[in-house]
Amino acid sequence: MPTVNFIEFGGHEHRIEVPAGTSVMRAAVDNRVPGIDGDCGGECACATCHVYVDQAWLPKTGERTATEEELLGFASGTEPNSRLACQIRMTDALDGLLVRMPEGQH
Amino acid sequence: MSTMSAERASDEAHAIPLGELDISKAERFKDDTIWPYFERLRKEDPVHYCKDSLFGPYWSVTRYRDIMAVDTNHKVFSSEAGGITIVDRRVEDRNPMFIAMDPPKHDEQRKTVSPIVAPANLANLEGLIRKRVCAILDSLPKNETFNWVDKVSIELTTQMLATLFDFPFEDRRLLTYWSDVATTVPQAGQEIDTWEKRGAILGECLAYFTRLWNERINAEPGSDLISMLAHSPSTRNMAPREFLGNLILLIVGGNDTTRNSISGGVWFMNQNPGEMRKLRDNQALVPSAVSEIIRYQTPLAHMRRNALVDTTIGDKKIKAGDKVIMWYISGNRDDEVIENASSFVIDRKNPRQHLAFGFGIHRCVGNRLAELQLKILWEEMLNRRLDVKVVGEPERVASNFVHGYSALPVRIAA
Repeated sequence: MPTVNFIEFGGHEHRIEVPAGTSVMRAAVDNRVPGIDGDCGGECACATCHVYVDQAWLPKTGERTATEEELLGFASGTEPNSRLACQIRMTDALDGLLVRMPEGQH
Repeated sequence: MSTMSAERASDEAHAIPLGELDISKAERFKDDTIWPYFERLRKEDPVHYCKDSLFGPYWSVTRYRDIMAVDTNHKVFSSEAGGITIVDRRVEDRNPMFIAMDPPKHDEQRKTVSPIVAPANLANLEGLIRKRVCAILDSLPKNETFNWVDKVSIELTTQMLATLFDFPFEDRRLLTYWSDVATTVPQAGQEIDTWEKRGAILGECLAYFTRLWNERINAEPGSDLISMLAHSPSTRNMAPREFLGNLILLIVGGNDTTRNSISGGVWFMNQNPGEMRKLRDNQALVPSAVSEIIRYQTPLAHMRRNALVDTTIGDKKIKAGDKVIMWYISGNRDDEVIENASSFVIDRKNPRQHLAFGFGIHRCVGNRLAELQLKILWEEMLNRRLDVKVVGEPERVASNFVHGYSALPVRIAA
C-alpha cells in the first residue's frame, strides 16, 4: 500500500499507509496524525487541512482547484507549495509523498 | 406569551399544518421548544418555505448537507444583498461589515483582521488568557448561588475582547453593552425601542473607537485590532460607517458567541453527569469536549443569505431575491451526518465536524480563539476540581439569532 510521510511543525514524523483513492486529509484524521484537522470533513470548505507539499512531490499532486485556491487565500502562512490535503487523492504514483504541517490550522 | 412545555411543543410541532410552520418565532428559542419543529422539518420538509412571518417570507434550510451547499456557494447566495440575519433592515440602519459583504471587498477586509487570530498569535495570547481565567475562577464565591453568565461567561469574554482591542480595561463592560445593543431588534417597551435609539448608542461606540483610532494611527503599528485596522492598506481609509460595522462584527463575533458556549458547557455537563465524569477521568478529552459544547450550543442559530439568481436547494426552486435561512442549530442535530446528534457526547467521532462556525469563505475567523478560551477554562476548572452545580432553570435569550443564556444560577461547594 502506498505511504505518506507527514512531518509535524515541530519535526516529528509519521509514516502512514494510505490506500489509493483516499484523501491525504482523511488518512491523517483517521490515523490521528496531529496538525491536520479537516473540520469540514473533506468538502473543501474550511482550509484546516492545509499542508506544505515537498517541492519534489508538488507537480505530481496536480493543480489546486478554484475553490481550493480561494480558501488557501484565507489560510495562515500560505506558500506556493501549499495545498489542501482533502484535495489530494492518494495514488500509487504518490507512494512516499512528503508533506509538512503548518504551525497551526486556522 | 406563556411558557410552553416540551411535551406541548412536540404535539404542536407535529399537528400544525406545514404551511403554517414558522420556525423563526423568538419565544420558542426562549422556551427552548424549537427542537421538535426542526426535527419535523428535517424529516418532512427540509427546505421549507414560510410565506409569511414577522420577517416576511423566507426559506428554511434545515439539513446539514443542504446548509453546507448554501454556505459554500457564495456566488449564488449573497451575504451582501440582504445582510446575514433574518431581519430586513433599512439601508440606513445597516452597518457595512465584512461578514455581510461578498468578494472581492469581503476578502480584502477579512484578510486584514485574520492575522490577529492566526495560530502564531494565539500562542502569544494563551498565557494571558490563562492568567485571566485563573483570576476569575479563584474569585468565585463558594457555597453561595450566583449567576455564572455574569460572573464568568460575560466577564471572561469581555476581558478577552478588551485585550484584543487594547481597549481601556476599566471600560470593558461597554463592549458587552454595545454588543448586546448591536444584536437587539428594537421593540416597544424595551430600553432599545427604536432603530434610531439603537443607532444613537452605536454612534457612541463609534466615537469612542474613533478616539482610539486617532491615537493609534499616529503611533507605531501595534498588534491590537485597532492598530491593525488603522495601518493596513485595505482598511486604513475606511469610512466611519464601515469602521463601526467591522468593530461591531468583531465585538459581537467575539463576545456573545463565546459567552454562550461557556454557559452552555456548564449546563450540558450538569445535565449529563456521565460526560462530566468522562472528562474528570481523562483531561485529554478537553479539546473534544470543547468542540462538542460548541456544536451542542450552536451560539448563532442561523445565518441568512439572499439568492442572486433562480436556483435550487434540494428539490425546491428558489427565486432570485428570495431570503434563505441556514439554520445551523438544526443542521447540528442532523442524524444523517452526525451520529446520535441529539445527544451530548464529548468523545464522539469527528467532534470538530459541525456547523456552528459555518463553512466556506465566511467561516468564523475567530473560531480557534473561541476554542482556546473554552479549552483553558475547562482545564483550569478541572485543575481546581471545581464542582459547579446548576441550582435553577437557565434563562434563555429570546432571539432566533443569538442562541444563549441571560442567567444560569449556580453554586460551587467549598
